[in-house]
Amino acid sequence: MSYVGIIITFVFINNFILTQFLGLCPFIGVSKNVESAVGMGFAVTFVTSLASLVTWMIQHFILVPLGLEFLQTISFILVIAALVQLVEMVIQKISPPLYKALGIYLPLITTNCAVLGIALIAVRSNYDPLESFVAGLAAGLGFLLAIFLMSNIREKLDGEWIPGPFRGVPIAFITAGLMALGFMAFDRALLNNLLG
Amino acid sequence: MLTIFYSFLSIGFLGILLGVGLAAVARFLALKKDERVSQIEALLPGANCGSCGFAGCAAYADAIINAQADPALCTPGGRAVADRIGAFLGVSVNYAGERKIAQICCRGSRKASAVKYRYQGLQDCNALKPIFNGDKVCSFGCLGLGSCQRVCPSGAIVRHQEGYLYVLRDLCIACGRCLKVCPVGVIRWVPYEADLFVACHSRDKGGEVRKYCEVGCIGCSICQKKSPQGGFVIENYLASIDYEQTGGREEALAACPRKCILPVAISEK
Repeated sequence: MSYVGIIITFVFINNFILTQFLGLCPFIGVSKNVESAVGMGFAVTFVTSLASLVTWMIQHFILVPLGLEFLQTISFILVIAALVQLVEMVIQKISPPLYKALGIYLPLITTNCAVLGIALIAVRSNYDPLESFVAGLAAGLGFLLAIFLMSNIREKLDGEWIPGPFRGVPIAFITAGLMALGFMAFDRALLNNLLG
Repeated sequence: MLTIFYSFLSIGFLGILLGVGLAAVARFLALKKDERVSQIEALLPGANCGSCGFAGCAAYADAIINAQADPALCTPGGRAVADRIGAFLGVSVNYAGERKIAQICCRGSRKASAVKYRYQGLQDCNALKPIFNGDKVCSFGCLGLGSCQRVCPSGAIVRHQEGYLYVLRDLCIACGRCLKVCPVGVIRWVPYEADLFVACHSRDKGGEVRKYCEVGCIGCSICQKKSPQGGFVIENYLASIDYEQTGGREEALAACPRKCILPVAISEK
């Protein structure tokens, strides 16, 4: 599949949040304001793109030659955890306010299934290293898109009158559901129409 | 057998590599930590009550050093802690305010104060309050479901066997959490040194109060007459005490027909 195809697939058709429902914890937790949502989006994008590249190397240079494919999950998680730790240290160094705003959700990227998901999907799709990297990048951008839209909607919702029982997280879930319905419009047919 | 060996070797190698890498990066990106922050945090009581307006003792210590926060904001620590922090920083600290405690100004348990319906929902005052202003006929009184008791970090709020809640004076650290959580506003500040307080919050007319509550203030002004120098003020059919007035109040304590004037110094059950 071409790079454009991969990008469209993971940003729109198989959007991790709104179509595959992976990594919902930060999607709800950090989408209260746009600024920290975008920060979270970029942190996840960084981790997914690097993680899918590094996990490709681990898969093809260590696990496959030694016949150790069953160690996929544990070795991928090890890499992801280390990358998240790295991101955490970098963010703490360059932007303490962002670090504070992301709070617990930053270390939780470690266990974000979107990150492990893209690494496993990239390996299973037999991508080459560059394709893996692009897939990771696109998955991260898809997450960024979803959380950016969500945070804008939630900021608008703050100023609206919402019936008591729906205020806060409930209306966020309803919004997310409607967004997911909207994203159902993107399917394989779109890819065929665009790329022939 | 070889597989086990390879697994062990590859994961171990990966772990060591990543660990060493992270350690190197951590050293490279190390943040300068201000020693004084942790030293000030050690001086604070560590109740994490938030009465200073910061997220907790650590956040407050950080704000004192990095945001020039006033070192005299810690109510649980009081003057002693403020002075110690001042001495540590080498600045003079202006600790304003006398020690105060929060007190629940109502003794109307459901035995003493009439109810208008049976509430069987969540045992939380903030859940009860929106339902017809609570189940008690008195709309000013303590709802008694103990929301304040659950947020109190020092365990100063206890339940009397009669069913009402009250504050133990010497355990209260004046953090003000109970005031924030109470939907009725029945909890009020009382000076720690004060002798008496009025344990009623009802602004209904005396005749009304008489109908639904055995221990509510009816605004009869007997306290005013018995202790003219005691600073008793009757406003909206409710007595309160002006603590600036230092005249004797013992006569009023004895004479109150509703027994809603009570001593502040309750220290045990």
